Amino acid sequence: MPSFDTKNIEQIHRELHTHLPPDPALRVKALESLLIDKGLVAQESIDNWIEMYAERIGPKRGAQVIARAWTDPAYYDRLMEDAGQAVKDFGFEGHATEHTKAVENTDEIHNLVVCTLCSCYPFSLLGMSPIWYRSAAYRARAVKEPRAVLKEFGVTLPEGVRTRVWDSTAELRYLVIPQRPNGTEGWSAEQLAAIITRDSMIGTQRDLSLESA
Amino acid sequence: MDGPHDLGGKASFGPIDVDSPDYNHDWERRQWALTKLVGTPGVTIDWFRHALETMPPAVYLSVPYFQKWNVNNMALAIDAGDYTLEECVTGKAAQPGTPPAVVSVDECEAMQRSLNVNFTRETDTAPKFQRGDTVLTANRPSPGHTRLPAYARDAKGVVLEHRGAHLYADAGARGDHIAHHLYTVEFPARDLWADAESPEDTVCLDLWEPYLESP
Repeated sequence: MPSFDTKNIEQIHRELHTHLPPDPALRVKALESLLIDKGLVAQESIDNWIEMYAERIGPKRGAQVIARAWTDPAYYDRLMEDAGQAVKDFGFEGHATEHTKAVENTDEIHNLVVCTLCSCYPFSLLGMSPIWYRSAAYRARAVKEPRAVLKEFGVTLPEGVRTRVWDSTAELRYLVIPQRPNGTEGWSAEQLAAIITRDSMIGTQRDLSLESA
Repeated sequence: MDGPHDLGGKASFGPIDVDSPDYNHDWERRQWALTKLVGTPGVTIDWFRHALETMPPAVYLSVPYFQKWNVNNMALAIDAGDYTLEECVTGKAAQPGTPPAVVSVDECEAMQRSLNVNFTRETDTAPKFQRGDTVLTANRPSPGHTRLPAYARDAKGVVLEHRGAHLYADAGARGDHIAHHLYTVEFPARDLWADAESPEDTVCLDLWEPYLESP
């Protein structure tokens, strides 16, 4: 059982830092070999997890959810009420989605999501997070200078739009609903899903292009 | 605890690498899979996070994300008495086990789906605050794991929503499963930062009742 003792785990971290090889590839190789040797995991299972994640989980899921909300008012209401439940219609629930909250961009508000304390992310809806989302620079800056951060992503907010930054400090996860672009009237949910990007669901993109993402 | 992980508002990290991929190296993918496929029994999500926060600060700030996960996985298992330091360094088990069954791609997907853990709990205690209330956050760092970031200490915000009672992170890191009312609180950026970009901007955080008082 874990000790739940801060001093103990600090000491173990210091010892590991002293004794492990500096190259992270070698460290992961050592851990993988150890777990296989102990009979805790099979090498093929690791390969299968990687394949599953690459092929079945990703931002296409979040895009489908939002496209449906844009085309189905009853679903939109359910998504805004309890996104964690609404995504179950698609079978997209999973890692960290139970308490998902959908937050909608409007002409007055731009939403931006960050986790300053670790790197919380709605994995099962958006797939693996991009490295920038997990970076110290994004974690440090998004809450303090969201407009400067957005500028680096090529976004300049129109006059009169305020930012609302969501710092994921508990187990709620945030999914930004971007604004549906003009010129998509009559589009099917499938057509709409194709233009919804990962960054627009994090909030580092505001305007969607009518070209497929 | 004022650890290196509490990054909100810290200066000098430079520009964001906006075009970065999801992984730079194959070992990052493999570490992700290892973390999800092999857990240490008894480890709560909060103890996992707290353990990560206790890495030597200079290391925490300088190594890639999944390198932190790698060393944290080892540290948690050593702490629980499941592996030894020597096993982690050599990659060889003191007592080899029997090869386990292969987890198929479909089974991996089912495992992923089962990770939608519900953190809410029933409670008899009435929430102290409601939507629209002004609250003041704690003004000193908690001695252990906490999810009240330093930048939001001693700050006044408005309750946007009561989220029900959620398992309390500070207790989870000690192995205790206690729930407290959780609130989404909105803070004016100008009250958090002396040099806020715009007086209209706000920052929202999800905060447990013990972090909050009436101003």
